[in-house]
Amino acid sequence: MSNEERTIVVPGETLVSGNDYLPGDGAYRDGKDVVAQRFGIKNISEKLVRVVPVSGTYRPRKGNTIIGVVVDITFNGWLIDFGGAQNAFLSISEVPRYINKGELRDFLDFGDAVVVKVWDVKSRSVEVSMKMRGFGKLEGGMIIKVNPNKVPRIIGKEGSMVKLLKNSLGCSITVGQNGYVWIYGKSLEDEIKTKKVIEFIVDNATSIGLTEAVEKYIHELGESDFEIIEENTDK
Amino acid sequence: MSLYKERFDGRAFDEVRPIRAEVGIIPSADGSAVFETGGTRAIAVVRGPRTLHPQHMQNPQKGILRVSYGMMPFSVWDRIRPGPSRRSEEISKVTEWALSSVVDLSEFPNTVVDVFIQIPQADAGTRVAGINAAAMALADAGIPMREMISAIAVGKVDKTLIVDVNKMEEDFSEGEGSTDIPMAFTSRRKNIALLQLDGKISTDELKKAIEMGKVACEKVLEAQVEALKKSKSKGIENE
Amino acid sequence: MSDVVISNIQRKKILECIASGKRLDGRALDEYRKIEVEVGISKNAEASVRLRLGKTEVLAGVKLGITEPYPDAPDEGTFMTNAELHPMASEYFEMGRPRIEAIELARVIDRGIRESGFIDMKKLCIKEGEKVWQVFLDIVALNDDGNMLDAAGLAALIALGNAKMPKFNEEEGKIEHELTEEPLPLNHEAMSFNMTFHKIGNQIVVDVGPEEEAVSDYRLSIAVGDDNGKPRITAMQKGKEGAISSEDMEKILKLVEVKWKEMFPKVKEYVFGNGK
Repeated sequence: MSNEERTIVVPGETLVSGNDYLPGDGAYRDGKDVVAQRFGIKNISEKLVRVVPVSGTYRPRKGNTIIGVVVDITFNGWLIDFGGAQNAFLSISEVPRYINKGELRDFLDFGDAVVVKVWDVKSRSVEVSMKMRGFGKLEGGMIIKVNPNKVPRIIGKEGSMVKLLKNSLGCSITVGQNGYVWIYGKSLEDEIKTKKVIEFIVDNATSIGLTEAVEKYIHELGESDFEIIEENTDK
Repeated sequence: MSLYKERFDGRAFDEVRPIRAEVGIIPSADGSAVFETGGTRAIAVVRGPRTLHPQHMQNPQKGILRVSYGMMPFSVWDRIRPGPSRRSEEISKVTEWALSSVVDLSEFPNTVVDVFIQIPQADAGTRVAGINAAAMALADAGIPMREMISAIAVGKVDKTLIVDVNKMEEDFSEGEGSTDIPMAFTSRRKNIALLQLDGKISTDELKKAIEMGKVACEKVLEAQVEALKKSKSKGIENE
Repeated sequence: MSDVVISNIQRKKILECIASGKRLDGRALDEYRKIEVEVGISKNAEASVRLRLGKTEVLAGVKLGITEPYPDAPDEGTFMTNAELHPMASEYFEMGRPRIEAIELARVIDRGIRESGFIDMKKLCIKEGEKVWQVFLDIVALNDDGNMLDAAGLAALIALGNAKMPKFNEEEGKIEHELTEEPLPLNHEAMSFNMTFHKIGNQIVVDVGPEEEAVSDYRLSIAVGDDNGKPRITAMQKGKEGAISSEDMEKILKLVEVKWKEMFPKVKEYVFGNGK
């Protein structure tokens, strides 16, 4: 990213002047100016001008992976709390096997945790699916909740950070874009250690040289002997 | 000649009290900020958007902004009875109108965005400090806003126009006494988003008062923007 | 305060963890989070305090007024505690909902202070049967990350410990807008502080977070003071639906003794450390 693209902007600030620019997410046109409509990082690619949010609640987008908890069961699906403005809906047609109506609870019960994919966002509902590989009910492990705006730091560039964690801590980690992170390890100790490291990343997301700091922190906690556990979210 | 020739605290007539602004003071809220001028401090916390209950209050076209302003019982010398009062209800509403003039919740139908303003310490101008803190907290919460909002209380003490009135000035009773004019401006178009007046003033004086308020709000805006940028700028130095 | 959505696996994990004597945040079962205190957040109060217990944050302030004494205590001042668990403090506090939690919190803290005799009510008498000082203790929750009761209780004690008497104009019979150097009359040795114990699985846990609070069976809040080097209980409150077995009661009281020994000097330091 160039320097200009890292500029923090506030609502009402002129992002760029010129009629050939196009206001994208978080921007609007005011005369010849394209103006920030929210607090965030200015992003201009080609002629598209956007503001990437740096704070606030999680807003589901199509294609996002999210983790949530079943809070209600209807006649044709499940309502899932994922910490957003409204609950997501998982229809019985969006689960990988045929479910008889009346047998919904056998498949997913109140309080069950799931990892799902957002396939549609409407004004009144967020529709999610678990038909694809890698999605489904979560068994075992623990869920920690972090600021959703820090999720990119946990994942790292092209997944580098999460890979570092998996390799050095021996836990399976699934990061929901909504800030819910599922950790599954061989032992409680491994899981707690992984939790600590993720919280370290969140607390230090603003510091320079995060990767080195994380490596050092893991070393301080003491590495454990383990074998790498395969992803097991799709059973 | 005006009976108010020099300000009690030695400030110039167009001078704002020292400002302190900080964003993100309550990390687990969706947005939060503190705004302080002199002895007045306002804390603002934003929660939402979240689904509005009961359902019949929901708006299917856009989200609702809901403001709740309150002074803490120990914020002033004579203790305030806790809980809402007629004064706090009115201030909540005018603040809500002021903020709603720039906030756009069309992306969030059926939801509510709650803005909580609390005053732990007061030395006049609490509603304008509250608006300043709330604007920062809303931005911090990532709420779509066309512009920022900055507010100030302009006063007329006897015949003298002053900005950022403190309590002693508010209580001035000689000559023409004290007139309080809280006002808020949007950052881009410089529209007036809040305007109240309590006292007596000529139209010419009011025009001048508004101009003084507008200039003073530039200082406020500067502090708000700086605090917002500071709260996140460190985060993007790496990578 | 426990509308926290918690998944079955998380519930199981917390119980598993606590059963093994640990907690998800790495603390011991009887370990409090870090306490941070800032005194003097309102120049218009007789005392004001901001207290953080981990991420739980609360403000407390003391104001004094003049009132008539109660007929049954004509030579004693009066004391009132009020708490606001404003919805700003938690995503789980809803607008307009009757705040029984706030009432309970204020009453438990009030009892702990009143029954211990911490405030010297007799010294707050100005003219017997006619005029006495009235002490207002106001608590405002800013952020609830669990165990608001202990945080608010400690903030309240620190506020009282730092309170100065305002100037009283005897001729006009009213308070002037000025504080004196004279502290609020307190019986230092009578002070008691509140600790809340939660039953989670088979264990007794202190200073719980919101998720732990959501899985606990019951809580027992105990205000404890000093009786010649031994803990003396001055107020209690059992909360939530679970019931206490006699073994657990013994376990809790044993823990009270241990924790009191450890915490009481610290609490004294927080309450009287400033300006003493």
